[in-house]
Amino acid sequence: MTTYVLRRLLLMLPVAFLVTVGVFLLIHLTPGDPALILLGEDRSPQAIAQIHQQLGLDKPLYVQYVIWLGRIAHGDLGRSITTHQPVGTAIAERLPATVELGLAALFWSLIVAIPLGTIAAVRRGSIADQIATGISVGGVSIPNFFIGIVLIFVLSVTWRLFPFGGYVAFTKDPFENLRHIVLPAIALGTAGTAINMRFTRSSMIEVLNNDYIRTAMAKGASWRRVVFIHALKNALIPVVTIVGLQIGGIIEGAVVTETVFTWPGVGRLAVESIFNRDYTVVQGIVLLAAFSYMVANLLVDLVYGWLDPRISYS
Amino acid sequence: MTAEGPIRRTPIRLLALGRDYPRVAAAAALVLLLFLIAAVAPLISPHDPLAISPDDSYLRPLSPGHPLGTDDLGRDLMSRVLWGARASLPVAFVAVAVGLVAGGIIGLISGYAGGLSDLLLMRFVDALLAFPGLILAIAIVAALGPGLRNAMIAIGIVAIPVYARLIRAVVLQLKQLEFVTATRSLGATPLRLIVGHVIPNLLNPVIVQVSLSAGFAILAEATLSFLGLGAQLPTPDWGQMINSGAGFLNNDPWLAIIPGAAISVTVFSFNWLGDALRDALDPRLRG
Repeated sequence: MTTYVLRRLLLMLPVAFLVTVGVFLLIHLTPGDPALILLGEDRSPQAIAQIHQQLGLDKPLYVQYVIWLGRIAHGDLGRSITTHQPVGTAIAERLPATVELGLAALFWSLIVAIPLGTIAAVRRGSIADQIATGISVGGVSIPNFFIGIVLIFVLSVTWRLFPFGGYVAFTKDPFENLRHIVLPAIALGTAGTAINMRFTRSSMIEVLNNDYIRTAMAKGASWRRVVFIHALKNALIPVVTIVGLQIGGIIEGAVVTETVFTWPGVGRLAVESIFNRDYTVVQGIVLLAAFSYMVANLLVDLVYGWLDPRISYS
Repeated sequence: MTAEGPIRRTPIRLLALGRDYPRVAAAAALVLLLFLIAAVAPLISPHDPLAISPDDSYLRPLSPGHPLGTDDLGRDLMSRVLWGARASLPVAFVAVAVGLVAGGIIGLISGYAGGLSDLLLMRFVDALLAFPGLILAIAIVAALGPGLRNAMIAIGIVAIPVYARLIRAVVLQLKQLEFVTATRSLGATPLRLIVGHVIPNLLNPVIVQVSLSAGFAILAEATLSFLGLGAQLPTPDWGQMINSGAGFLNNDPWLAIIPGAAISVTVFSFNWLGDALRDALDPRLRG
């Protein structure tokens, strides 16, 4: 196991290196000179040269990369071009709201997906199974921003049950916090619901065909006990994998949902920064998104082996 | 070796496929219909999708002359939705082509040559996979600048790893088979082997993947356009129409709901086709 963990970490190194190169090049692929964005009206050659020197843009590209990487390793993501705030601080301020929304969406997707996926597997071909199949195809076909807009139209505009958008901190008013999070969490969680349900269903079908299930039934265990105690625990192992990846991909889903619901998280910060041409912030967020995804991938592999000891690490 | 090699199949006979698998036929018909709509949009649109007519703004659906109503500038919604297909479908087509060609070349070289080139190419693919798909697309568009063309490139790049891995896996599997060894020992050049034996065997898994990634591409394009990073005004584009329609949910919800339905139906058609084709062509992949 230790050898496996070490090998996985070693394999991650070249990938992490390439990811940092990619994110670094992102800012250099950008047409236009960052100095011109910074300077605005005053575009004298001296001023441009001064900015180039300040940002290190006068050095060769690989030197710039090494300097940049050194800073990243020390947790310094640079400063925002527009607000001059450290990028790390800007992201840290917005991250809790994104994580809160992501976890709420995950919670929503699991409380719908696991029971419905289980019922669909146990009663194959039933109406519940057909509804589950419908959700699993529809959920991945309907854009989450569109789901968000339909939810706003039905539940906010027409029935006035929930606010259109915005954010209230839990510490300030727990009830309002919940009211504000319901719609974005459903919009963000629907694609996950579809995927998790599909996984639960197919994995449950597979598990129910196993000998030990038949043995449990033969020994007189009730159907409910067999499904919920014996089968579900094992059926959920593949679901863990996909849920882990969904946690790693929280920022990805948040980009659109946060824009629809004016949720003050990292996703919205990314979109705002793109329009403000604030590339250091965009760079920081892309780097964070890629690394959280990579770490989630690694953890999922490790947890998977722990949950299912039959998986070998050779 | 027998005539029926383990995974070598006869070329797909489209009509027979449709007959044996009605789900494939239905889904393919839906996709074809969408392409047809995109092709003939200029002929069947009741109005110019860009024609502004302030006197006719905010007409409800089923108004005379405007079956789906009009938007805030009095532009005909039906015409804009029909023309929207001309933005979405080509994006999907080009993006999938970029992913397939680039990923295909990487997968073929990686699988066939092995060794150092395999190691290096696969690390590159791993690095692309390390980015969540939409984040990578957004980052590329942010770097290249907003617009439909850059959105196509970005979505295509996101699709590269899937094809590279898929094609590499099939090539590795084929390399082990007797008929490939036999052909090689008879003196066939690598190019002849790839064109004559490897590519025909790749068709089935690739066709399934193309359909599924077309669905993703349309969804991604709509998302980029919704965020303002894809199609630019005044091009009629579904994602962008939802974005502008979202401002009128109070009184005119159809301005967002109709283009949203168009995207959903289109993405659903491609996903459905992909699913049906997978069941029909590649029983090993059945979920």
